Amino acid sequence: MNVTGSAKSTTPVAYILRLLSLLIIDGFLVWFGYRQALLGNYTLVVLLAIVGMFISAVFLFNRAYPLRWMAPGLALMIMFSVYPNFLTIYVGFTNYGDGHLLTKEQSIIQIEKARYLPEGGSAYTWTAFKSDAGEYALWLLDETGVGYLAFEGQPITQVQPGEMGVGELDSKGIPQSITGYQRLNALLAVADPNLGEIKFGADENIVQIQSPSRAAAYEQKYVYDPEQDAMIDQETGKIYFQVDGTFRTVDGKVIIPGYQAYIGIQNFKDFIVSPALRGPLVRIIVWNFIFPLLSVFLQFSLGLGIALLYNDPKFPGKRLVRSLLLIPYTIPSLITILIWRGMLNPEVGVINRMLSSLFGANPAWFADPWLAKFALIVVNLWLGYPYYMLVCSGALQSIPSEIYGAAKVDGTNIWQSFRFITLPLLLVSVGPLLLASYIYNFNNFNLIYLFLQGGPPISGAATRAGHTDIMISYVYNLAFEGGRGQNFGLAAAVTLLIFLVVIGISLIQFRYTRMWEEVSENV
Amino acid sequence: MSDPKTSSSANSLFTSLKFQRRAGIVIRWIIAVILIIFAVFPVLWIISAAFNPSSSLATQHLIPENASLANFRTLFNSDVFPFPLWMWNSIKVTSISTILALFVTTIAAFAFSRFRFSGRQNLMKIMLLFQVFPSLLSIVAIFYLINQVGDVIPFFGLDTHAGLILVYLGGAMSINIWLLKGFFDTIPRDIDESAMVDGATHWQIFTRLLFPLMRPMLVVVAILSFIGTFGDFILARILLRSTESYTLMVGLQIYTAGMFSQKWGVFAAGALLGALPIMIVYLVLQDQIIGGLTQGAVKG
Repeated sequence: MNVTGSAKSTTPVAYILRLLSLLIIDGFLVWFGYRQALLGNYTLVVLLAIVGMFISAVFLFNRAYPLRWMAPGLALMIMFSVYPNFLTIYVGFTNYGDGHLLTKEQSIIQIEKARYLPEGGSAYTWTAFKSDAGEYALWLLDETGVGYLAFEGQPITQVQPGEMGVGELDSKGIPQSITGYQRLNALLAVADPNLGEIKFGADENIVQIQSPSRAAAYEQKYVYDPEQDAMIDQETGKIYFQVDGTFRTVDGKVIIPGYQAYIGIQNFKDFIVSPALRGPLVRIIVWNFIFPLLSVFLQFSLGLGIALLYNDPKFPGKRLVRSLLLIPYTIPSLITILIWRGMLNPEVGVINRMLSSLFGANPAWFADPWLAKFALIVVNLWLGYPYYMLVCSGALQSIPSEIYGAAKVDGTNIWQSFRFITLPLLLVSVGPLLLASYIYNFNNFNLIYLFLQGGPPISGAATRAGHTDIMISYVYNLAFEGGRGQNFGLAAAVTLLIFLVVIGISLIQFRYTRMWEEVSENV
Repeated sequence: MSDPKTSSSANSLFTSLKFQRRAGIVIRWIIAVILIIFAVFPVLWIISAAFNPSSSLATQHLIPENASLANFRTLFNSDVFPFPLWMWNSIKVTSISTILALFVTTIAAFAFSRFRFSGRQNLMKIMLLFQVFPSLLSIVAIFYLINQVGDVIPFFGLDTHAGLILVYLGGAMSINIWLLKGFFDTIPRDIDESAMVDGATHWQIFTRLLFPLMRPMLVVVAILSFIGTFGDFILARILLRSTESYTLMVGLQIYTAGMFSQKWGVFAAGALLGALPIMIVYLVLQDQIIGGLTQGAVKG
């Protein structure tokens, strides 16, 4: 076989087809990148350029033939798996979050839409009409006596009698009737509480009633000045300079919305400096290390215990026991977590009803921090032991029985042969899985979030944080459930801390695997 | 692992051994029963709750007094919680992403297994590296990315199934590539070499020769990845915004919010319907799945 894996001689037709499809893909990427650039999403544009160049190179050069097979998978992986990892780093150094969701370009467009009611703008005299459904129409006359018809949310149009249901004009230039609407007399109109609030018209051209005799057009409030990189308030003449993604005046007034901006290590500073942020975070980090440690240790111990007890081929009903004990593994864990939550419900759950009828105890699983942690570990034990039962059964079978025979000759007892033969040999194959499982539980968002949403809450915390929260669920709260607004930037910064921990554990895992490989060679 | 005791009398040795074995089995069965109760109790309880017409947590007995399908009827007729729609969404999203993921991963695994090219080893290692960082850790960035994509192409934006599928596909490669490459490696290369002599192209070798041989293993990988994606919560939770677009797992979670104790029965019925297909698959295909597991697939 062609081991270098280069392309075989291709027919001209196939070659042209390949170029054509490449043209379509690249064309799409260029169009998409251009549209993203208009929105100011420059990181995404860079990504698209990289992906485009990768695909082009792979399909143009025959040397890259093997990569053609991987191109779809790799392109998807780069875009939706690799890139988000790097994007997390970027977001961690920005203020992305509520009030800073838009790019600078989008935010300027947004701010320039703001209007104000100038004292001396183009003014109209007005007459109000009201429909049976309670909708208002406004008849506007400008200084030259031209009539306009205005509805809420629709563009203001110049109307002659006979158009849009407008009847004949009276001596003052006001229509005597508008189909579907009743004219309000001046007294009623002034007394109407709604009328003064309504912004008639749409888009750029909006008119609001200012006084019984006058309605005025809105004008653009802020104008962006690219030279100063500042917003200028047309009403007051104040200048808002941009600072860290917000336009603000020297005396501290800001314009909403701000935009995403690089703010350096501010997010990291925030939770180091702010005691309200730091307090819960320290607790969360400590629990974050203990929770997976206890979980994995207990899951492994129970799983191994079961494997040791029922691995005996002579044990009657071995397969039945294994199938029944496997059941927790077969249900999507999300569902079982919710089931446990129902069963442990202190008011009405089955476990507390049994406990209170048997012992008269009624533990507050959801309110007491320690009980909540205990319950979590038990639920996680239930969820996780079958995996180790399976893995250990397999691993135990692979330990050659001659070793036990030799040990018996040397006079070891059961405990010694377990401690010095079974366990070390088992850890060769299961050890890396234990570390992988530690990482998995280190970020076991589903369990923490679905069981109690991290609760019971830690009092005095600046953001939503609970006693059973781990870092990833804390991140989720910061990012998506913030009672005080979503703070994606801070969430990403905390994620970077988790990254560091995961990298650390992975390095240990890597060394551990090699270490145990050496051990097994010596046995 | 019972140790034979050294004894002078062959007869007493025999009885004591036999007695030890019996006692051992009895003790092990007692432990087994306790463990089985621990393992099975929540499942029994949810089945019981699903068929218990009084839909409250407080009034439930293990054997419901007048079992009925009332909860299931509520589940399928509710206007507030469109359960059948959620089920359909889950099946749709999971099937499409499983099939697409399997396709892109299998052809890539074929290349990794059959071609030798510079950077091959390093590329495989990079895949492994990114398995360490699950998409869970970049939820914020994924949300940000899909939001941006949706600004230009709403079809792939937030609250769309297409966007969610893209994200699932992004994670697929690093999860299954090693497993699938291992499977390809078990098929002797002589097979494709003889086909090569007959003038077959790589694509023909892949589709006509290796793919049929791989089919049983692909089924296992497909099931594992189906189960993993079906059970995903967090990505679906942050990307899907409207009740109509929820997947089953996101939808089920709503039942538990707020008035959980009143919706317990309906939740139980939904949980049962959601869990049952997967449970059956697991128990029927136990041996194949365990085989796949020991080669490195991890349950999601």
